[in-house]
Amino acid sequence: MPGLKEVKNKIEGVSKTSQITKAMNMVASAKLRGAQQRMEAFRPYAAKFAGAMQKLSGGAGAGQPLMAVREVQSVELIVITSDRGLCGSFNANVISKAEKLIAQYEREGKKVTLVTVGNKATRAFKRSGKIRRSFTDIMGTFQMFNARRIAEEAAEQFLSKAADQVELVYARFKSLSAQIPTQETLLPIIRPAEQQDKANPTEYLFEPSPAEILENLLPLYLNVQVFHAMLEVGAGEQAARMTAMDNATTACGDIIKELKQLYNKARQAAITGDLMDIVGGAEALKG
Amino acid sequence: MAQIHLEVVTPSGPVVSEDVDIVTAPGSSGEFGVLANHAPFLTTVKTGVLHYRKDKELKYLMVSGGFAEVSDNTVTFLVEIAEYGHDIDVPRALQAKERAEKILAQQQAHDENVSRVQTTSALQRAMARIAAAERCSKQL
Repeated sequence: MPGLKEVKNKIEGVSKTSQITKAMNMVASAKLRGAQQRMEAFRPYAAKFAGAMQKLSGGAGAGQPLMAVREVQSVELIVITSDRGLCGSFNANVISKAEKLIAQYEREGKKVTLVTVGNKATRAFKRSGKIRRSFTDIMGTFQMFNARRIAEEAAEQFLSKAADQVELVYARFKSLSAQIPTQETLLPIIRPAEQQDKANPTEYLFEPSPAEILENLLPLYLNVQVFHAMLEVGAGEQAARMTAMDNATTACGDIIKELKQLYNKARQAAITGDLMDIVGGAEALKG
Repeated sequence: MAQIHLEVVTPSGPVVSEDVDIVTAPGSSGEFGVLANHAPFLTTVKTGVLHYRKDKELKYLMVSGGFAEVSDNTVTFLVEIAEYGHDIDVPRALQAKERAEKILAQQQAHDENVSRVQTTSALQRAMARIAAAERCSKQL
């Protein structure tokens, strides 16, 4: 049986840990609110953008280099994770998804290169030697220019034929308790499903021509896609951390309970021991 | 006077949403103005200064990277950056301008066009910011 003091120290330690996890949970929930607001703010932009793309599609897509589908010999994966850990299996899930994809593409004889976004992905793939470029410490600021940097490079890679296909791997924020690792093709850009039958009564004036507008819009569309993925990861990270920290706090509570029992048992044993001594001493004096 | 609804939306949220008299914006093929009941219209927008008038009051915005759509008496600007002239940090924009000019000047000597496009657009943004802020302050 461990000594009284040891158990007491342990209880103190665990309860301090639980204070930290509780605080982290609260911080994460506050940050999650911010992340969700950002997603909310981004939604009208994304929706309107998709609407305009739709108006432009149909004919205008022909000959756009960013839309050119060619035989895939090399794939670039953009793996997006958070910068920080302590959020359960949030990042591990994305990383293992990416690993599976790499294995699959390599089996098919395709060359795979990686772009890692976020410290966790960078660290996970450091030794694989496949990283072409990594962006770290950018997940804290949700700024469009970060997304633009990533998107511009992806477009460059695609246009220079260094990569025939570019894919995003990240965790989609489905709900507070579910963040789903997803894979999305970024390049070549696949035209949004055409709905020409849905009546196009308003004849638009285009300036310059639809094809030229599309040419200007496609790079922006990439920014939108990457930014969207980053926002999803940002919200997912906080949600995952909230859950993880909540679980940790509960676990701390359980451990404390067990330790307290142990402590009481030890205390009882000590008292009993002392009593035995006293009684034994008194017995001896009598005799 | 008939009015048109103006919306300026950026990835970090809507910036403007109000009924205005006239909007003038830097289109990629030249400045264009939009009045009430304009025909449906779609154009790309380049980095520059957008201004609109509402009740005899002129307002200036710096916009960058996006496009404009006119339909149903609404003009929507989808741009990556939109900042009101009076919100712009002028010293910072001036610094950015100097920095970009310096880089461009150095590159001219080496003729290296690696990030030339990026630097040029940074310079354009800085200049648009300064222009928007200037025009805004002149008015006051």
